[in-house]
Amino acid sequence: MTDFTELGVKAIRDGVASGDFTAREVAESFNAAVAGAAQLNAFIVTTPDHALAAADAADAARASGKALGAMAGVPIGMKDLFATHGVQTTAASHILEGFTPQYESTVSANLWNAGAGMLGKLNLDQFAMGSSNETSYFGNVASPWRKEGANASMSPGGSSGGSSSAVAARIAPAATGTDTGGSIRQPAAFTGICGIKPTYGRCSRWGVVAFASSLDQAGPMARSVEDCAIMLGAMASFDAKDATSLDAPVPDWEAALSSDLKGKKVGIPREYRMDGTDEAIMASWEQGKEWLKDAGAEIVDISLPHTKYALPAYYIIAPAEASSNLARYDGVRYGLRDLPDGAGLQDMYAETRAAGFGDEVKRRILIGTYVLSAGFYDAYYTQAQKVRALVARDFDNAWAECDLILAPTTPTASFPLGSLNDDPLTMYLNDVFAVPASLAGLPAMSVPAGLNPDGLPLGLQLVGKAFDEQTVLNAGLAIQERAGFSAKPERWW
Amino acid sequence: MSVDKQTVAKIAGLARIKMGDDQLEALVPELNNILDWVEQLGEVDVTGVEPMAAVIPGAMRLRADEVDADPKTGGGRQGDVLANAPAAEHGFFGVPKVIE
Repeated sequence: MTDFTELGVKAIRDGVASGDFTAREVAESFNAAVAGAAQLNAFIVTTPDHALAAADAADAARASGKALGAMAGVPIGMKDLFATHGVQTTAASHILEGFTPQYESTVSANLWNAGAGMLGKLNLDQFAMGSSNETSYFGNVASPWRKEGANASMSPGGSSGGSSSAVAARIAPAATGTDTGGSIRQPAAFTGICGIKPTYGRCSRWGVVAFASSLDQAGPMARSVEDCAIMLGAMASFDAKDATSLDAPVPDWEAALSSDLKGKKVGIPREYRMDGTDEAIMASWEQGKEWLKDAGAEIVDISLPHTKYALPAYYIIAPAEASSNLARYDGVRYGLRDLPDGAGLQDMYAETRAAGFGDEVKRRILIGTYVLSAGFYDAYYTQAQKVRALVARDFDNAWAECDLILAPTTPTASFPLGSLNDDPLTMYLNDVFAVPASLAGLPAMSVPAGLNPDGLPLGLQLVGKAFDEQTVLNAGLAIQERAGFSAKPERWW
Repeated sequence: MSVDKQTVAKIAGLARIKMGDDQLEALVPELNNILDWVEQLGEVDVTGVEPMAAVIPGAMRLRADEVDADPKTGGGRQGDVLANAPAAEHGFFGVPKVIE
């Protein structure tokens, strides 16, 4: 009998369509796997009935000869940042605990329309602010991976750490993620899976709890490049309800997948050779070049001179936007209200927000409030936006010399939970390679490259031109075919 | 530029987050570390560079001048709007008394 939990999106979709098995069998297997993996703490709530209902609908559609959607019969995990009608949506915060949306986000609605079902809402860093999944009000998520011969719980990355943990542990074939400054790519790299952040605007932000609106972008996380291509196609759409939605046709990425990179030039940015980058990561980068050469690509050295300034610019822009976006949590319209006896409106705001936000969220709101305050706005915020323009211009200049960029996804492999908590800055540096593409709004993907000497996964990052997810996916496929990454975490949960 | 406890208290007030003395004190070095680090942006020559506010430059779209063109964002959804309110009263959001 097939172990359905080993199957990915494509295998499930094709198996259901051809009648090799039913969507219900698949949903039941994953529901059981989710129920048996509580120790990972990957889910905030589980929705086995949602998964079964979608499965039954897919099976019924097949039985009556109707056309099946691109994700028909595939149960997925939904990051708890997407509003889901009638199902609690918290952004892993206390302030939204119990919040039950009366509508469905565009991305999740697209996925249900394509025939997918929901296994549950996935844990994350609170309001997607974090790189280790240690800022959730609902507790840390553990990676299914551990160092060889060690028992310490490792970080699944963040902020989409519930997503990465669930997909790597085979309790979900795929999951949604969101990426503001690396929140899809870094967790994908830490857990040996694939994840793509498309061009800014491809996936609607309508119904996604906002962190930094000019950067937030949804994308799929799965165990193969093909699965990511299929799921991204199902998630993306033009949406008039999102003012920054891309009004362009969604390409059929799956159909155009090809690992033949003849004629493509791959840029290697010299500024990404940074002090403190792990040796095993540098070695995997070299290996990545060889794989892409083998696929027919030409390797060229390029320069992205403002790379060093991308991360500090991000840590002004993202908190500034967050401080503005999170002003909506006021104890009036939804979410927590903390109203001490005799308190007035202003006290209610301050008490509610003190009780409802975690430490990292407060820290970022304060930074954002400070850099936007009178007298500091130009020195910090305007300067950061100008630097952002220069980071984006670096990429524009690079495209004169190459078609895509290869770089590491992260400067190190995963680390034990709790090991980087003393200093917020050390944690922020995790996203040093991921943030430049976010600032420029470019499509970027992480694919597994191999294991480090400790037995932990490493990822390689591909960054493409705006709107050119196809080249990114194709190069990802070329790496996937050559890396032959088949390692999986040993079950301890 | 660096912040002291008084400045952090002022920012927390602007952000409407109540904070005790110990929290304010703990935040002073944390925020200063972050601010010292972002200070390096001052080195960058940005002469003639326009601040970047949007990734894909483009004009704002206008929607059709039609009432409730999209029912999801249209009117007539008072029940949905109030469904998650901590204190909905008589079809409104209830708040503590603001006028003496």
